[in-house]
This record gives sequence, structure tokens and C-alpha cells, in this order.
Amino acid sequence: MESTIIKSRNFNASFGSNHVVKNVNIDIPRNQIIAVMGPSGCGKTTYLRCINRMHELIPGASSNGEMLLNGEDIYKMHPIFVRLKIGMVFQRPNPFPNLSIYDNVIAGYKLNGIKLPKPEKDRIVEHSLTRVALWNEVKDSLNKKGSFLSGGQQQRLCIARAVAMEPEVILFDEPTSALDPISTSTVEELFHELKANYTLIVVTHNMQQAARVSDKTAFFFLGELVEYDETKTMFTNPKDNRTQNYITGRFS
Amino acid sequence: MQAKSVKYRLGKSYGFQLLTYLLAFAIVVPLLAILFYIVRAGITRINWHFLVNIPKPVGESGGGIANAILGSIIIIAVASIIAIPIGIMAGIYLSENGKSRLAYWVRLSTDILQGVPSIVIGIIAYFWLVKPLRGFSALSGSVALAIMMLPIIVRSTEETLKLLPDTLKEAALALGMPFHRVIFKVIVPVGFSGILSGIMLSIARITGETAPLLFTAFGNPYLSVNIAKPMQSLPLLIFNYATSPYTDWLNLAWGASLILLFWVLFLNILTKLLTRKWKVQL
Amino acid sequence: MATRSDIPLRVIHSSPEAILKAKKRVRLSFRQIRTENIFNKTLLIMGLVMIVLVLGILITLIVQSLPSIKALGLKYLWGRTWNPVEDVYGAWPFLLGTLLTSFLALIISVPFSIAVAVFLGEYHVNGWIPNFLKNAVELIAAVPSVIYGFWGLAVLVPMVRTLEGHLGVSPLGVGIFSSSLILAIMIIPYAASLGRSMITLVPSHLKEAAYGLGATRWEVIRSVILPYTKSGLFAGILLSLGRALGETMAVTMVIGNSSAIPKSIFAPGNTMASVIANEFTEADKPVYLSALIELGLVLFLVTVVINMIGKRVIDRFTND
Repeated sequence: MESTIIKSRNFNASFGSNHVVKNVNIDIPRNQIIAVMGPSGCGKTTYLRCINRMHELIPGASSNGEMLLNGEDIYKMHPIFVRLKIGMVFQRPNPFPNLSIYDNVIAGYKLNGIKLPKPEKDRIVEHSLTRVALWNEVKDSLNKKGSFLSGGQQQRLCIARAVAMEPEVILFDEPTSALDPISTSTVEELFHELKANYTLIVVTHNMQQAARVSDKTAFFFLGELVEYDETKTMFTNPKDNRTQNYITGRFS
Repeated sequence: MQAKSVKYRLGKSYGFQLLTYLLAFAIVVPLLAILFYIVRAGITRINWHFLVNIPKPVGESGGGIANAILGSIIIIAVASIIAIPIGIMAGIYLSENGKSRLAYWVRLSTDILQGVPSIVIGIIAYFWLVKPLRGFSALSGSVALAIMMLPIIVRSTEETLKLLPDTLKEAALALGMPFHRVIFKVIVPVGFSGILSGIMLSIARITGETAPLLFTAFGNPYLSVNIAKPMQSLPLLIFNYATSPYTDWLNLAWGASLILLFWVLFLNILTKLLTRKWKVQL
Repeated sequence: MATRSDIPLRVIHSSPEAILKAKKRVRLSFRQIRTENIFNKTLLIMGLVMIVLVLGILITLIVQSLPSIKALGLKYLWGRTWNPVEDVYGAWPFLLGTLLTSFLALIISVPFSIAVAVFLGEYHVNGWIPNFLKNAVELIAAVPSVIYGFWGLAVLVPMVRTLEGHLGVSPLGVGIFSSSLILAIMIIPYAASLGRSMITLVPSHLKEAAYGLGATRWEVIRSVILPYTKSGLFAGILLSLGRALGETMAVTMVIGNSSAIPKSIFAPGNTMASVIANEFTEADKPVYLSALIELGLVLFLVTVVINMIGKRVIDRFTND
């Protein structure tokens, strides 16, 4: 298996005439946590959403360039196939309000009409919830709807839902920005455990979080990938002036 | 001088306030008058006999409005079967493609359709169905009513779906779901009561309609379930019998009016309860 | 067809069962994609149905009116005599009847509609009293028009007959006046609810500025609220008018169905809608039927235009 799972070559994305992601070239290694950081409006979220082809759902949105998953251009296949292999967790926890916790976890199967035998479903649910450290907390209320869960628990439920699909990559769009500090650290702890089985790409506007959780960090500024390096190196010895300014808080 | 002026202005203000209150509540008077009269005139006619028999020929007393009740149910049911799928899908189309050029024309057409007088719709259904099929039919009446239901269903579906958070759709799409499953398995279930209240509103609207049925369903003195033939409906019966000179028929019309009134009120209350749950401005 | 590339790399490196499962999954996805395409096309078609319907209505009305337009020309619209038996067709009695009943109904109902709108929008916005009134207004809109007509025939017409007796006019009971009364009741809700929502849109800082200058409640209403909502109220009145023009059943039952030009508001008459309702199934000659359809075309065009103007005004008002 190649060690690079996602490659971008000369990748650009726009909203109409607004060019927000400019000429990104990046190699994302397998089974690592990559943080994507930068000030508001730098294009990091747009870039993330291009990886699982959610960007093009917005009217007027477009992109060009190469985005390769395991060597294949994801823009040459149907988005459904891309999203089966690349999952996403959003900024606001969004479990399906009309489904129970159990059904939320296997939503990717159930709502797609895939009928699994009950023991198989149980296994997936328990496995996924354990992976996100939620199993013990909800194992007695699997049939209830998730509305009683706290924000952090709901977000972990959403991660479990993505994990249940056994993707290769999980994308996180500012996953803890709507959570309290305790839930945030619970989710961050999860990242380390998920790394063993998945590749994680985490967009964050909180650079301390980037420094805490990631192996490598990409710094975006005004649509360009300014710097991409081992996290330790990036934060102690940044090579670009702009990175230096961002890290020292000259702009946020 | 100053004090007098203020007193005068205040007095005027209270005066207009009183006038406004009077005029506003005055509208309740004819409403209550109508409701009480219908109840009083109709309540004595309603009994089991009345509900299960068809009208007797002129001169014989007794008889009932079973053909009209059944006819109304059938015509409305067929109209709903036609209008609901089209309306919901068109509503989904508008909520998904809101800004496109085509959507503008679709929305405009929906608004225009909503304002078309019901008698004109009856004329249209006559030329589209009655003439080609060479005869009046319940089906043509249902089509006319379905055309009237469409704008309401389209509108309320679009409004309901617009209120749902985008993140719901995104979560489903990110799981690799095809669009039709996102709609039917996630969006529609969550927005169900909003869509349902739109449907109920449209049914309440057409239940009392007479004009579109005048030259389509046309009416039928007998009990019938054949939608390819003329059929009676409550509003049609009321119109025909109320304008007739026969006391028996007038009595039937009063009873039918009460039933129709209850039916329409019941549907409206049901819609109210559903809307309150959903808080959609219809 | 599922190819190796559609299957996740990690699965390729595990058991044959896993590969089989993955292939099945890929085939399912292809099926889903096909269905999705059909679904998207269907959505588009359903949207187009709305456009087709409106165009179809317009075209049908025009096509069916052509015999009458060709035979009678434009002067049909102000012809004063309607006598199908002798093949004389003139629409003016019905245009006049429609104008008279609608505008009379408007004049009668507008003060009440505005009073309701001001009451609910300004004096009492929340609470059980306004809820009661709101429900009453909605009830008025919900009552079927044939029931209004029946009640009108049974209760209102005798009352008007007595009035006419006192006035020395021929005591028919039915006529333009009675139908205007019924129509007035029926159209109250339209201007009232639109007016109410317009009034609630008045920004409170404008009202507060006036109060701050020492204005009384009525003065605030008269010089701030009403001018501000002028176009919204106008749109509401247009909506009521549109409704009145298209109303058929209640009017038919109470207007007396006379094709002569009404000499006074107590005389019987006909509106475009009521004459269509009454004579459509009896029109035995093609020109007769076509003349009626032409009335339907006029009705369609007029109501559409009025409703569109009303909507345009509302849109402009709410987007400012």
C-alpha cells in the first residue's frame, strides 16, 4: 500500500468568480492526523469540502485540478463512491432527529436500503460506538432518539456514524468549535485512537488544537497552501513569514 | 389652551380605538348568524336514514344524501391522488433549485395558478376531459380540483423544506446517499408535519368547491363509484337543491350544508393543530 | 459494472468475502445512481407541469374563444344586449354586474378589513381575544361559498326584500345589492390578514419616535402605521378584489340571474362568473358557448393581472 492516500495537484476551487482555493499541491499520508488551519476565509473549509465533493453541491461552485484517492482522480467517479470512502463530520453535530441512536449509527446502511442481519448490525453499532468512547454511555438507551445527548456526545455519535461506514479517510470540519472544553478534549482524545484505522483531516480555526492533535499541519492563507510540514517543526520553526505571523497571533 | 388640545386628541384617539374595536368585532356577527342558522336548520334533518339513503324523487319525502357524501369522498380522494405526488415533487424541485431561471417561471406559474377563478378551472377541465371523453365524469371533476390543490401543496412543501437546516441534507449526502434517498428517508420524514398540513389545507380548500364541478362531475341522483361517469358531491347537491322550489329538497340541502360545514371546519382545525406543531406560515 | 478501482484499497488486501461484499455494494451504488438520475429528471418534469398547466389554461381559453371573437369582434365586450335565442351577444351587462358587485363589496368590506387588521396588528397582537378574532376571520374564509349562497337566499334575501318594500323599490330580494352584501362578508379575510401582517412589519423605532414626540395612539396609527403600510394595505385590497371578481356560487344564488343591464343596485343582474355557471351547460350553439368562454378568458386575464400586481407590491414592500 502506498503511503500517500490523498494527493492534490494544482487544485483550485471557486464560488462563481470568487477564486477561494488557489493551486493547492499536497500529499496526505495514510493513518495520520493532518490539521488544516488558517484565518477565516482562507479557503480551508472549501478545500476540505472538495475532498469529499460536497463543495460542488452549492449552486455556482466549481473546481479544477487533480484530487487523487489511492491514485485515482475522485472527480472522475460518481460522488457517491467518493463519499463511501471519505466520511465527514460537521461543525454542528447533526444526528438525524427522527432516528434512534442505534439507527443513527447504522444510518449509512439503513437509509441506503442495505439490509443487514441483526447480529451484524449490532456488531457494527457496538464497534463504532466503542471506537468513539460512547458505548458505555448509551448502551442502555440505544432505542431512544439522540436529543437528550450533550453536544459532545452528539458529535461523537456523528463520528460513530461516519466510522460505521468503514471509510479510509474521515474529514472533520471544525468539529469542536460548537462544543464545550471538556467535550472538546474528549473528541481530541478520540483522534489518536482513530488514527490507527483511518486517516484524519481536521480543519480547525484553533491553532492550539492543531498543535495538540496533529502529525502534520497545513497552513492556508488567502486561498493558498502556504506551508505544510510536521506539526512540531511548523510550530517551532515555521519557514514562511505568513505562518510565523499567524502562529504568533498577528492576525487570526 | 394646551391642556384642552391634549384632552381632545386623547379623546379622539380613544374614539377611533372604540370604532376600530366595534368594526373589528362586527365581523363576528354575520359569521355567528350563518353558523347558528345552518346548525339550526340542518340539525333536525340529520339522522342515520339521512346519511345512508339517496334522494327520493320529487314529491316523496325522506331520502338522504348518501350519494353526495360518497361522491365527495371519492372525488376528493382521486383529486388528492393526482395532486399530492405532483405537488410535493414540484415543491421539492423549487426548494432544491431555488435560484435557477426555470425555477422562477415555475414559481410564477404556481402563483398565477393560485389566483385562477374556480369556474375557469371548471371550463378547462371540461375541454380537457369532458369533451374528449364525451361525457361528464367524476374524474374530470377530480382533475379540476387537483389543479386547484397543486399551488397550495407546492407552496407549503417548498416553505417547509426551506425551513429545514442544510446540515441535515449534508449529513445524509456525506454518508454516500443518493439524492432521492436523502429526500425520502431524511428530509421528508423530518418535514413531514409541515408537508402534511399543506396537504390538509388544500383538501379543506377544495372540499367546499362547487364551481369546478358544475360541468365536470355534474352530479348524479344515484349512488355511484364509477369515476368515469357523473357523480354527486355535497356542494353540488346543496347548490342544485337549494335553488329548487321543492321543500323536501330544501330540507336535504340544509342537512347537507351542516355536514359540509362540519367537514370543512374539522379539516381546518386539524390543519391548525398540525401547523402549530410545525410553525410554517402557509 | 463494478471495477477494481471502485473497491476500497484496504478491502482488496483482506479476505475474498470482504471483496465480494464490497463488489455487491458497488453494484448497489450504480443502481442508486441510475434511480437518482430518474428522480432528478422527474422533479424537473413536475416543476414543468406547473408551467404547462398555466400555458394550457391560457391557450385553451383563447382557442375556445376564437369562434366568438371571429364572429362578434371586440364590440362584443360593450354590447348591451344578451339574447342567445336571437343570436345577439353583448357582454356589457355582465361586465357591469361584475364591476358593481365587486366594487360595492369592496367598499362595504374594506373598513371592516382594515379595522380587523389594525386591531390585530397594533392594538392587540397577542392574547386570547385576538386569537378569537383571528380564528373568526379564518373561519369566514373557510366557509364554502355555496353555503354563503344558501344562507343568503334563505336569510339575507328576505331581509333585503323587506328593505326594498320600505324603499318603494320592487321587492325581489335578489339582486346586485344582496350579492354585494354576501360578497362583502366573504372577502373580509383577504384584506384583513394581509393588512395585519403588513402592520406588524412596521419598525418599532418609527412608532417610538412618534410616541416620543407626544403623539396619541390614534395619531401614531394615522400618521406612521397607515402611511407606512399603504402599499401593503393596497395589495390586500387588490387580493380581496381578485377574490370578489372570481367568486361564483354565492353570487349566482343571490343575484337574480337577469341578463338585462341592471337599472339600480336593487335590480337583478349577472356577473361574468354567474352567467357562465348558469348558461354553460345550456349553450347549444358554438358561438353561444364561445361567447361564454370569452368571458372566462376576460375573467382569467383580469384576475391574474390583479393578483400579480398585488404580489409584486407585497414583494417590494417586504424586501425594502
